[in-house]
Amino acid sequence: MNWLINVVRSSIGKKLCMALTGMCFCGFLIAHLAGNLTIYGGKDAFNAYAQRLHSLGALLTLAEIGLLTFALIHISVGAILFYGNLTARPQRYEMKKNTGGRSLGSATMPYTGFLLLLFIVFHLMNFHFVDKTRQSIFEIVSAAFQQPLYVVLYVTAMLVAAVHVSHGFWSAFQTLGLNHPKYMPLIRLAGLVFSLVVGAGFGFLPIYISRMT
Amino acid sequence: MTTAKTIHLTLKVVRQTGPDQKSNLETYAARNVSTDMSFLEMLDVVNEDLTLAGQDPIAFDHDCREGICGMCGAVVNGRPHGPQEGTTLCQLHMRHFEDGDEVVIEPWRSRAFKVIKDLVVDRGAFDQIIQAGGYISINTGGAPDANSLPVPKEMADQAMDAAACIGCGACVAACPNASAMLFTGAKISQLALLPQGRPEAKRRAAAMVAAMDKLGFGNCTNERECEAVCPKNISIVHIARMNREFLKAGFF
Ligand code: FES
Repeated sequence: MNWLINVVRSSIGKKLCMALTGMCFCGFLIAHLAGNLTIYGGKDAFNAYAQRLHSLGALLTLAEIGLLTFALIHISVGAILFYGNLTARPQRYEMKKNTGGRSLGSATMPYTGFLLLLFIVFHLMNFHFVDKTRQSIFEIVSAAFQQPLYVVLYVTAMLVAAVHVSHGFWSAFQTLGLNHPKYMPLIRLAGLVFSLVVGAGFGFLPIYISRMT
Repeated sequence: MTTAKTIHLTLKVVRQTGPDQKSNLETYAARNVSTDMSFLEMLDVVNEDLTLAGQDPIAFDHDCREGICGMCGAVVNGRPHGPQEGTTLCQLHMRHFEDGDEVVIEPWRSRAFKVIKDLVVDRGAFDQIIQAGGYISINTGGAPDANSLPVPKEMADQAMDAAACIGCGACVAACPNASAMLFTGAKISQLALLPQGRPEAKRRAAAMVAAMDKLGFGNCTNERECEAVCPKNISIVHIARMNREFLKAGFF
């Protein structure tokens, strides 16, 4: 086990933690989005999807525990890296320009990450830790999005998520060593498309729901 | 070819009398600068004036002035080695500046590079990374026969690309996280790509990354600023290779 601790404690090991957990979240986003799309099938389709998901029982709990563990790793390692990088240059430059490598996503990674954490807590309180015995999930969701503030908050959060994954996606490949001059442009493009899918896919849902009833 | 012009500049130079001293920004006039001069020659002229005026000349590092040794380097107007892509500071010419320009000149900033004086920083941390494993520890004996050890052309080219690193430290200076991964990646790659370097590849990757971590460099977040300022245009492909080599060493 010593070897594993050594790897994880190294700089590249920490990057690896970020990359692997981040990739899992990308997978989760796809599954989550696919499920949410049943909203477009109407109230019953959405409720049926939720019911089928919850009928997975122990499997679902396992997935939730997995996601929670990954989230804890992603957040804590991210925080360690953020702090380490802050202290790596004690004396700032009088004048510093970006030379073209940096993107909106890469420059804001820790901040968008922090905002997403706040959002996820908020989101879980809205739709996960609520009493679902007396009303269906569809009723809870559509009631929430009757409030314009919720719609604005959710759409904004999805834009933040899109910015976060626009850097995170290709970055994970680079960290895992999967960089090949021939394929990297494709991976970067896939990352961009993925971030658009996340931003638009999730972002339109609250707007659609708010106009449903 | 355009003929040389003479331009006048205002320099804002970060001065620091010694290690652990406070630095401050001083303003100097650089008058009658020929556009045919290199950036370092321009500094020479300013220093001559400073010396004649009885002031301390601006200390800066340099050696070959041919862009091959890696000694020179300063952050010029927010960019390591100045505005020209793929060029060391000594090979940057004043024709890239306009008359009346204000030029801000600063040393590399990183916890791992201590300022010695003015623009001179101690890049000994790079040497320590190399000492940790950036070599091949076999007795080579006499030179082998030509072509007795075949190396595919692409591999040789890639190794050569990595070996173009002159260790100037611009990657660290440009990195928003002051990370040394482009340097370390290039030094690990140049050997990992060649048959002579393979036997020790794992040990080398583990040791050099460990040394890099210990020296107080930041952590790469794939910002790609390093490859954009590298005077030798070294690609982050070599960082990816280092990651692979390191993970191979860790897991297998
Ligand atoms: S002085 Fe040698 S590279 Fe600039």
